[in-house]
Amino acid sequence: MPANASNDDPDRARRFREAALPHLDDVYTLARYLLRDATDAEDAVQECYLRALKHFDGYRGPAMKPWLFAILRNVCHAEYARRATAAVPSVDDLPETAEQTPLWREQQETPETQILRERDAATIQRLVEALVEPFKETFILREINNLSYREIADTVGAPVGTVMSRLARARAMLRSAWMAEEELPK
Amino acid sequence: MTCEEAEILLHALIDGELDAGHAREVEAHVASCPRCAAALTAYREMSRAVATADLRYTAPPALRRRIEASLPQTRQPSRRGVLRGFAMGSAVSALAATGLVAIVLRQDDQQRILSEVVSAHLRSLQAGHLTDVLSTDQHTVKPWFNGKLDVAPPVIDLTAQGFTLVGGRLDYVDARAIGAVVYRRRQHVINLFVAQTASPEHRPPRTETMQGFNCRRWSNRGLNFWAVSDLGADELVEFVDKFEAAMQANTEG
Repeated sequence: MPANASNDDPDRARRFREAALPHLDDVYTLARYLLRDATDAEDAVQECYLRALKHFDGYRGPAMKPWLFAILRNVCHAEYARRATAAVPSVDDLPETAEQTPLWREQQETPETQILRERDAATIQRLVEALVEPFKETFILREINNLSYREIADTVGAPVGTVMSRLARARAMLRSAWMAEEELPK
Repeated sequence: MTCEEAEILLHALIDGELDAGHAREVEAHVASCPRCAAALTAYREMSRAVATADLRYTAPPALRRRIEASLPQTRQPSRRGVLRGFAMGSAVSALAATGLVAIVLRQDDQQRILSEVVSAHLRSLQAGHLTDVLSTDQHTVKPWFNGKLDVAPPVIDLTAQGFTLVGGRLDYVDARAIGAVVYRRRQHVINLFVAQTASPEHRPPRTETMQGFNCRRWSNRGLNFWAVSDLGADELVEFVDKFEAAMQANTEG
């Protein structure tokens, strides 16, 4: 077959397509949670793929997904900066509310595990989205994007120990919110 | 192990990130500490609930297309989809078919090609050479093109929509072989010229008039189309709409 031998671009594009496009839903999911806006998420994902293609020659692994996520994060941070007036917290700041969130709550009247089981998807999604950064991001990378601790560390550029403590905090916050939800008047 | 340590490590236990030694330590602590045991159970339930809720999003198809379109083109899935739909075989699977009509769509080139397309239409009417293959059966016309062109044009029977398939013909436009699919409405002949293009860009149909003929041209799925006829402009629009709708249905089906 007479291939375009003089130009390796099609081959490079093909390799990029095969490596990066299967993760589109994952990247889009993360963008939706980080930006909380469908249109902004679409723009960010497109920008992410453009940048990824541009830097694809320098990509040496280890895994495509954390690499794409790391690029997406940078794109999202630019978007945060644009939204600065909306006071979106930087993921590296520890909000006070997070510090005040108790890690432990006293025994509930209703068995806790039962409450946890009975939450519907929409409620869970709302509670997850209400988490603050950087805990939300860590939680999503683990629970929704299914990254390993190592991959999360690669994505966010933090040590694994930091990832672990952030994840513990994220789950503690979610658990509190989850239980508090139960106490709200129906 | 203290509760403080366990508070962090029990997550690693849930996530399967602990080696056997540390896992045993956490489990030993949990066995002797009701508070951490309750936490472990709660977090396990929570992870399960989150996983069951399926909080993933699916990228909108339009976003996928936009990203696809922004990548340097090799084999375009959209075109492959079309080609599969019309069973055109493997000869066309690669962009390597560079000997094809790679039309530079500059304005003057477009005018020149339009003029050639209209001339080809005229020739087909005058020389008694309207069709090379005369058949109202798309399953006869379609295979006829195979092997004669690098990309056989899609052949769609639009008889039910009021445009009768007459046959197919090889023609020459821009010094290259090109497929022409011939339709008839009442006594009016429609030549639909189809050529492959290197550009995946979608160009919406627009009508132009030359030498008294209406020509509606558009690009879609890596193909350039020119529909030429002495039909009224509105009926030519109808033809193109019906054709595109059928293409769409064929691609998706």
